[in-house]
Amino acid sequence: MPKLVVDGREIEVPAGVTVLQACEAAGVEVPRFCYHERLSIAGNCRMCLVEMEKSPKPIASCAMPAADGMVIRTDSPMAKKARKGVMEFLLINHPLDCPICDQGGECDLQDQAMAYGFDRSRYIENKRAVEDKEFGPLVKTSMTRCIHCTRCIRFATEVAGVEDLGATGRGEHMEVGTYVEKALASEMSGNIIDLCPVGALTSKPYAFTARPWELRKTESVDVMDAVGSNIRIDARGNEVMRVLPRLNEDINEEWISDKTRFACDGLKRQRLDRPYVRRGGKLVEATWPEAFGAIAEAMKGKSGESIAAIVGDQCDAESMVALKDLVAQLDSPNIDCRQDRAKLDASCRAGYVFNTTIAGIEAADVALLIGTDPRREAAIVNTRLRKRHRMGGFAVGVIGPHIDLTYKYDYLGGGGQTLVELANGRHAFAERLKAAKRPMLILGQGALARPDGAAVLGVARKLAESFGMVRGADHAAGAWNGFNVLHTAAARVGGLDLGLVPGPKGRDVAGILDGAEAGDIKVVFLLAADEINTKRLGEAFVIYQGHHGDSGAQRADVILPGAAYTEKNGTYVNTEGRVQHGYAAISPPGDAREDWKILRALSERLGFKPAYNSLKQVRARLIEISPTFGRPDAIVPSAWGQFGQAQSPVQPQPFLSPVVNFYMTDPIGRASVTMAKCTQAFVLKPAGKTGTDG
Amino acid sequence: MTSKPAKAVQPKSFAFTAENLARAQKIIARYPQGRQASAVLPLLDLAQRQAGGWLPLAAMDHVAGILDMASIRVYEVATFYSMFNLDPVGRYLVQVCTTTPCWLCGSEAVAKACEDTLGIRFGETTPDGVFTLKEVECLGACVNAPMVQINDDYYEDLDADRARAVLQALKAGTKPKPGSQTGRQTSAPAGARTTLTAAKGAGGS
Repeated sequence: MPKLVVDGREIEVPAGVTVLQACEAAGVEVPRFCYHERLSIAGNCRMCLVEMEKSPKPIASCAMPAADGMVIRTDSPMAKKARKGVMEFLLINHPLDCPICDQGGECDLQDQAMAYGFDRSRYIENKRAVEDKEFGPLVKTSMTRCIHCTRCIRFATEVAGVEDLGATGRGEHMEVGTYVEKALASEMSGNIIDLCPVGALTSKPYAFTARPWELRKTESVDVMDAVGSNIRIDARGNEVMRVLPRLNEDINEEWISDKTRFACDGLKRQRLDRPYVRRGGKLVEATWPEAFGAIAEAMKGKSGESIAAIVGDQCDAESMVALKDLVAQLDSPNIDCRQDRAKLDASCRAGYVFNTTIAGIEAADVALLIGTDPRREAAIVNTRLRKRHRMGGFAVGVIGPHIDLTYKYDYLGGGGQTLVELANGRHAFAERLKAAKRPMLILGQGALARPDGAAVLGVARKLAESFGMVRGADHAAGAWNGFNVLHTAAARVGGLDLGLVPGPKGRDVAGILDGAEAGDIKVVFLLAADEINTKRLGEAFVIYQGHHGDSGAQRADVILPGAAYTEKNGTYVNTEGRVQHGYAAISPPGDAREDWKILRALSERLGFKPAYNSLKQVRARLIEISPTFGRPDAIVPSAWGQFGQAQSPVQPQPFLSPVVNFYMTDPIGRASVTMAKCTQAFVLKPAGKTGTDG
Repeated sequence: MTSKPAKAVQPKSFAFTAENLARAQKIIARYPQGRQASAVLPLLDLAQRQAGGWLPLAAMDHVAGILDMASIRVYEVATFYSMFNLDPVGRYLVQVCTTTPCWLCGSEAVAKACEDTLGIRFGETTPDGVFTLKEVECLGACVNAPMVQINDDYYEDLDADRARAVLQALKAGTKPKPGSQTGRQTSAPAGARTTLTAAKGAGGS
């Protein structure tokens, strides 16, 4: 543990940290552009120069290891002069176009020029001009502003795993780009916008729409996938302008996927802003009492068995519990939250969550991916897998789609055959698993959402048990649970926690659709459920509650306009089983309302009075059903148990990922212009090179 | 332009000949296992020689493939070094040094002689594709300034006439003797010795 003195303050830091980190630990700010905690050290911007005793020149603190007995000064005349000089050099070729630059107001260069720079320019020669690069539909470039910090290059190479960016030429002719023209084919590309310390890389969809000081910032949680990335929603008036990542070391670190970041323009299109009732085959605008009246009319005299409810992929736990209570009051056992028909078992929590946790991936030494394409199903999880891969000593085996995951892996096979062989120890990779200290497996929805899904789940459980993936009691030291289910829907774990699965003799999604087609199911309630084949709803009376005019609303007989995730205070449980609260950034459009309130009002109209009148009371109800809801942001280890069917046979068909088009997996993405452009650029154009052939 | 590939006709494909591939493998073998990327410079040089004096995109991609590197990493190297030509060049690449020592010794006249003899300006190629003329920075032969480099050879101690003579000879299909064009031995004193005159062998020659 080296001890050093920073600005007269003695401080002890862990071995291996840099001088810059030591300064930060001492509470001293050191300006920097190229240094970033999560990227390799480049040491090329020179902004972090500090004075070190016994050194004739100032040193770049980001690249200098802290050593015992160092005496660092960050406020000496030498350090100040060095920084001022570096800043002047940087500004030689940086245009002074802040008034027309989107980075203005949140620009590192602007801020640091204010704090450490000269108050005027001595440079009278012509500035350098650089041609802008074409990086695709998400990232706008203005390369004249680039100060060559190379953060974007390092991010693409190290974190995103798409080695497309580089610096070509040298000296004054150096340019950052791809050299050959190509869009950045990464689902994490938007993060280079946040990383860029100047306005060289900015958001294309957000270009010239708002200034940071006009925005109201709301910290919330993402629902575009099951990761539950922490986000900040920036809104102006009643409009979401952009979505940015929020630091959470346990989940998304400081990255978010492009879908999380850029799908928000879909929130302004195709919205359901008032109730509709189908009259004479056409949906006509209605008032809330009219819509509730039509539902009460349709429900009249219907037995519980003929009523069914399907829950969508982005629902908050509050609306799900309100629906569950309503359906229970109607005496119906037919409720299901597994739109994709995944054969998940709600009775044992360890059997449907990501037990290892996302941060826990870094402790694993062997990973087995079964029927999943984490790059497209949960880009953040894939980023963590890649991070673990780069740390070394990590083997990955894949059973399922054979695709580029941005890291090397052993391809074991495509389908159930290989899984069974491996579970029985008759596959070469079994030796790897046996030798591993902390093996983990990730079971994707592609392996579960098929007729033999329960058998796959059973085999996976057996595999986890026989290879020592589950050991030790919860909380015990040395305990390890390497069994993981990777979800694609933000609502799924919450739904399973709340028990939104068919009751005794109840029908699941397949059963509900069969029943509706046959005429046995008379009323179907779709809570933002759009990923089902609505043609199979037959003659049933369909109530759709949701926020977008997607496939469910088109088939509906009554539409109840709900709120999107940016418009309600909701609870979401991510794939790890982590309970998180999202907060409303704006209010729902028109007559739309928060979803649990709609369901509560409807329950009252149908003659049942739920015991909750406020958000607090709904959340108390959540905790009543599943105590985990009382521990937001924490991981509550789940007890191991019996789940899946180990007896029935696994079919040999290959496992396919459910995510074919990363950019359009939900109603918001499908309504988004930006996501449509990405689909065009990355999914349709390079046919056969993306998830479409998975 | 080093920020994007040449607009010139880029060949669709490139592959080392069997002979060059063998040489490439030999070069790669000089480096430790897993450090094969270190061979990028000699391999690019090999590719440039095979491709006729310049590096098409396909050649860089081919080298990247052999060394298991991302293509962009090879582009970075190739665009950094001025010895790699990213545009097609003529059979003879004439590089005229105009840095201070050569300039003081009359490189302006040499440059003008080259331009007049070949009928092209700096950065251009003759219509028959035989000569390309380039202005370059110091090539490290200041003792024999002014000088030009033609392909792999240095022609030194030039003036307008001697430069013209070298180029005329190349035009005629002969190869003038590289090195000093005044007949002095490498970088030995141009005239007689000025010091150690009493020593053995004094008095020039």
